[in-house]
Amino acid sequence: MSLLAESPHKIELTGPETCPQRPFLPRDHAESVSGWGESWRTVGYVYRPTTADGIRDVLTLAREKGLQVAPRGGGNSYGDAATAREHLVLDLTRMNRILHWDPETGVIRVEPGVTIRQMWQQGIGDGWWPPVVSGTMLPTLGGAAAMNIHGKNHFRAGVLGDHILHFDLLLPATGEVVRCSRQENPDLFFAALGGFGVLGVFTEIRLRLRKVHSGLLHANQHVAGNLAEMFERFEALTAQSDYAVGWIDGFAKGEALGRGLVQTGQHLAPGEDPRPAQTLRVASQELPDTLLGFFPKSVVWRLMKPWMNDFGMRTLNALRYHKSRLIPAPAHTETHAGFQFMLDYIPHWKRAYGAHGLIQYQCQVPDTAAREVFREILALCQHRGLISYLIVFKRHRADNEYLMSYSVDGWSLALDFKVTTENRERLWSLAAEMDRIVLGSGGRFYFAKDSTLHPDRLQSFLGEERVQRFLALKRRVDPENLLQTDLYRRLFTGAADTTVEAPLPSPLEIPR
Amino acid sequence: MGHSSVFQYAAVVGASSGMGAEIARQLAATGGRVALVARREAELSALVGEINAGRTEPIAFAYTHDVHCYAEVPALFQNLCRDLGGLDAIFYAAGVMPRITDSEYSFDKDRAMIEVNVLGAIAWLNEAAQRFQAAGKGTIIGISSVAGDRGRRGQPVYCTSKAALDTYLEALRNRVGRSGVRVVTIKPGPVDTPMTKGLDKLPMLVSAPEAARQIIAAAVKGKRVAYVPGKWRPIMAVIRSIPSPIFQKLNL
Repeated sequence: MSLLAESPHKIELTGPETCPQRPFLPRDHAESVSGWGESWRTVGYVYRPTTADGIRDVLTLAREKGLQVAPRGGGNSYGDAATAREHLVLDLTRMNRILHWDPETGVIRVEPGVTIRQMWQQGIGDGWWPPVVSGTMLPTLGGAAAMNIHGKNHFRAGVLGDHILHFDLLLPATGEVVRCSRQENPDLFFAALGGFGVLGVFTEIRLRLRKVHSGLLHANQHVAGNLAEMFERFEALTAQSDYAVGWIDGFAKGEALGRGLVQTGQHLAPGEDPRPAQTLRVASQELPDTLLGFFPKSVVWRLMKPWMNDFGMRTLNALRYHKSRLIPAPAHTETHAGFQFMLDYIPHWKRAYGAHGLIQYQCQVPDTAAREVFREILALCQHRGLISYLIVFKRHRADNEYLMSYSVDGWSLALDFKVTTENRERLWSLAAEMDRIVLGSGGRFYFAKDSTLHPDRLQSFLGEERVQRFLALKRRVDPENLLQTDLYRRLFTGAADTTVEAPLPSPLEIPR
Repeated sequence: MGHSSVFQYAAVVGASSGMGAEIARQLAATGGRVALVARREAELSALVGEINAGRTEPIAFAYTHDVHCYAEVPALFQNLCRDLGGLDAIFYAAGVMPRITDSEYSFDKDRAMIEVNVLGAIAWLNEAAQRFQAAGKGTIIGISSVAGDRGRRGQPVYCTSKAALDTYLEALRNRVGRSGVRVVTIKPGPVDTPMTKGLDKLPMLVSAPEAARQIIAAAVKGKRVAYVPGKWRPIMAVIRSIPSPIFQKLNL
């Protein structure tokens, strides 16, 4: 400044020397952070601590800078559940140690970044399999607990939380780690499971695996010609199966509406597998690296891409259905990993959906209303010309003991939709229409899949009482509101610009 | 999470008047959220008020900043990204062209042009380039000028500043282009803005709204270099090809 002031060439404008440098976040922490479906993409400042102290450091940084923190595991939630755009992202994938494993009791104690894959690989050699797994093995236990995930055995085994013995939760308010179980801090136990990560950060989770006597499952496939048959078949099959999942061809109309397949799995009884030591090896469980025995999987998504449109998907869905109808798959055995992790067969298959990704719309509807509601939803999608390329159908049981309950004694329908710039607004307003149908039946929604829900509709499915209790607990453990994901901001704080409330076409007209 | 704007989140540096103001207006008109950065607070808040008028939620955000304050840029850049909720495009539209006579050599004026037209652009667009590279997408738009195509006798340092900006933008494009980031060099001819007010005999003068429309169109398409209006491209191709000994004798 002094130099400039004495210079004969002094300029009028403020010199750079007078500008104070204001603190900013390290640029190399800025990363692209997306929902799994990649229709929601953000930039966040990502930190990957390896210890509880590292987590506290991130919370301190947030506090100092007036920022918020979103905990993130494997990043497998479809929408905005594990992102915090322009804020801090607490990526826990490096806290991935298995702390203890007891092969006698099947009890495992893990850090939050341990994946379902690590967990089954740890257990299987000793004859234990995770009690609840998702359709992909990539989620972390921290993320899975925060979403209280379920699997194809929800109707029998319940949600993941039902098998968790305790967890340790780092509370943002004090930085202390508290143990939560059904006995200790039960209010936090039943709120943080399913609490989508905003009450505290899991630092340790202990759960019990399920004893298995073989690395194989009995697998069966059944054809259902329409939705009524689908319900009927499924209902009958759940009585005799450990796992069941339905697939529906979203393009089938009229009489065939809701046609599809039911796949079931059943554990082998002790002694049924002549060579359990062989089938229980990790190597026996690995997914094949080729399709049909010769085709390299890594390129498959590129080949799928040209088919990711209404014409291609109508063809492929119909082919799948008719092939299974004309050439029924015989009863066979399949590995646990092969049966469970269908979403991991084709690497990067979501990329086939193109630049704007996909969303999944999943709703849970009570048993008494599901037949009518799902028929209405399938018909509505066809009527709006927005047809899901993949529809999955499952049986569930209620999870009311968890504060952020998402499940009812009933059924779920999960519809994957391709997102384009052209269909985006229509898709969101279709979701709003479907929401109304679901809410009318007393249905609920699952945050791990959600992209489209509006805060008003949250109150109507969770009930104001549950929401208020949750927020009161949040104020207690996180009074500064440090832990905020984009989903939390969208649904619980009513932040603008994250949802589109499209006007509903009226009157609601669906062809019968 | 639905949107239909051309750029959902955009920043305009040098937004209080001229092309920058028009770009901000037009981006906001498509429904996108816009951060307006400018030195003059009164003009800036009037414009932001005009854009936000009648809206329940603001979509335009004002940041008073002098582009000489290079040290302020990284924090300001992060803050505006946070206020917007993201960033898809940044327009660097700040520029000065002080009047000089044919025989004048004013270092003050020259320095101001280099600082605003070049160093300010580098301070802002370096930030944008790093962020967009990390995100794997984004569009950087630098408003240069046809003046950068040739060193003309009338405006030695203005021409220099725009030539420097052109080269910087080209280098940036080559550096981050393969990461999915687009860098657009805009080369307007004379545009009817406060900068050109009082100048006579301006050929092919276009209005600021028309220039802004063409600039946004080029940005959306992700063109590498766009002349505004487009007919300057063949004209400048001819002018660039005039051999120096001849150019020296011409009154261009």
